[in-house]
Amino acid sequence: MFNETVLKEIDGIRAKYPDARSALLPSLYVAQREFGWLSPEAMTCVAKTLNLPEAMVRGTASFYAMFRHNPVGRNVIQLCTNVSCMILGSDRLLDLLKSRFDLEPGETTKDGRFSLVIMECIGACGTAPAMLVNTDFHDNLTEQNLEEIMGKYK
Amino acid sequence: MEKILLKNIENPNSADIREYQKTGGYQSISNAFEMQPRDVIEEVKSSGLRGRGGAGFPTAMKWNFANADPKFPKYLVCNADEGEPGTFKDRPILEKNPHLLIEGMVISGYALRAEYGYIYLRGEYPLAKDILDNAIAQAREKNYLGENILGKNVKFELSVYQGAGAYICGEETALIESLEGKKGQPRSKPPFPVNVGAWEMPTIVNNVETLSNVPYIIAIGGEAYSKIGREDCTGPKLYCVSGHVVKPGVYELPMGTNLRDIIYKHAGGIKNNKKLKAVLPGGISTPVLPADRIDCLMDFISMPKHGSMLGSGAVIVMDESVCMVKVAHRALKFFEHESCGKCVPCREGTGWLRQILGRIESGKGKQGDIELLSDITDIMSGRTFCPLGDGAAGVVTGMLRHFRDEFEEHIKSGHCKLSIDN
Repeated sequence: MFNETVLKEIDGIRAKYPDARSALLPSLYVAQREFGWLSPEAMTCVAKTLNLPEAMVRGTASFYAMFRHNPVGRNVIQLCTNVSCMILGSDRLLDLLKSRFDLEPGETTKDGRFSLVIMECIGACGTAPAMLVNTDFHDNLTEQNLEEIMGKYK
Repeated sequence: MEKILLKNIENPNSADIREYQKTGGYQSISNAFEMQPRDVIEEVKSSGLRGRGGAGFPTAMKWNFANADPKFPKYLVCNADEGEPGTFKDRPILEKNPHLLIEGMVISGYALRAEYGYIYLRGEYPLAKDILDNAIAQAREKNYLGENILGKNVKFELSVYQGAGAYICGEETALIESLEGKKGQPRSKPPFPVNVGAWEMPTIVNNVETLSNVPYIIAIGGEAYSKIGREDCTGPKLYCVSGHVVKPGVYELPMGTNLRDIIYKHAGGIKNNKKLKAVLPGGISTPVLPADRIDCLMDFISMPKHGSMLGSGAVIVMDESVCMVKVAHRALKFFEHESCGKCVPCREGTGWLRQILGRIESGKGKQGDIELLSDITDIMSGRTFCPLGDGAAGVVTGMLRHFRDEFEEHIKSGHCKLSIDN
């Protein structure tokens, strides 16, 4: 179960909305932060805390791309490959991640350092190609600076 | 043109409330509170403001529908789920000018007698989340938000709700479902959100850019504002230009600026001395325009006459190296992934379009595939629950209208003449 601090945080979230269900997405984010991913246990905790049926919690959680249903690495690379990024070379970055780091979309490196998620536009089209690593934006990516940037995340 | 929405954003501290106040920020709240709520709506009506989310619906008309509904509480929701690929116009407001949006929401809340506001922010904007949270705390401290704003007995509470990576939640009824903690699947309309929205109460959903126009409308008056842009499409517009241009970025220009000028005058033209091939003028959901058809005015009324749409004003510029089959295939991968699964024409149609485009792109296209694509888009168009399916079909239709030979060539030769690498 969540600890007292987290329960208090979720109480605070709940107070912003007319009903408990509306606190579901924010609470799933909290659970994901606490557990690293939305494990069955994490979703049960959310269901119990908000007093919602587990099926409802899982149904909602499985709809949204940013909720993770598998454990992820220490750093999550979220690379955009949509049109603006694609025409400026995001395919080459994908190739590099594969050849240099043995990292494929949806997978995690063997050392657990990186996971790769393909994103559908992160709103950085003017500085494409772009990615988020965890919550940091990185723009104007090239094969060279991608390796440098990844070096900063351990 | 004087900058209204992107005013002051070169200042590195522009997101700080003191900097915002220094340049006249939050003065429109006092002005608005001197007026009756219905007069604020009248001012917005005379401004001619249209919703900037893509549909271009007259803002005051939406407000009047909500205002006429006797149910309370009413909710004001800002749609900050900027998900249309190619779109990054709201990001500078959210990250660099958050108080403009907050001021716009306080005034709009007052006009609509809504005491609760939510900013539905896409999950992919973590930086904007922190900046907005901070700006809301600052505004509350200065008494621009809360129980008794500026001692005028006006209440407005505001908080940020973080989406979780679903494009469909940009559609207002899906957004409301999501805000209620559900899967983001669009609702059947009517009833419209202005009558039955969040928690079954009248709910006004407006885009970030729309709400950010409100303080300026109050400051200079609706009449004066309506002189900006074009007669039936007024105001400033944020155009975000990406792709093969010299200077990609967000440009604040009068509504109805010529697409050619946006690309060549403002964004510096095509980079590396290459030739322009095609433009997606309003995000990937808007039909493509080939290079010889870009003399059109970028507003909600003019663009449909040119066979496309203004959409979100997301201009994606593609040079001669880009393969249109590849772009269409990538776009349909997106639509298939983002289809919420609620209605059959969209759920099935996007999947089949993606599959057929995929085989054409990989050189395995069959005779008859182009006719099959047209067939599927015909079945989808106008028969989907929400505009996602229409958008997906429109992208393919547009590509086939202007670049059919490229698709035929792929099928005939089994390979692409162009390399996307440049």
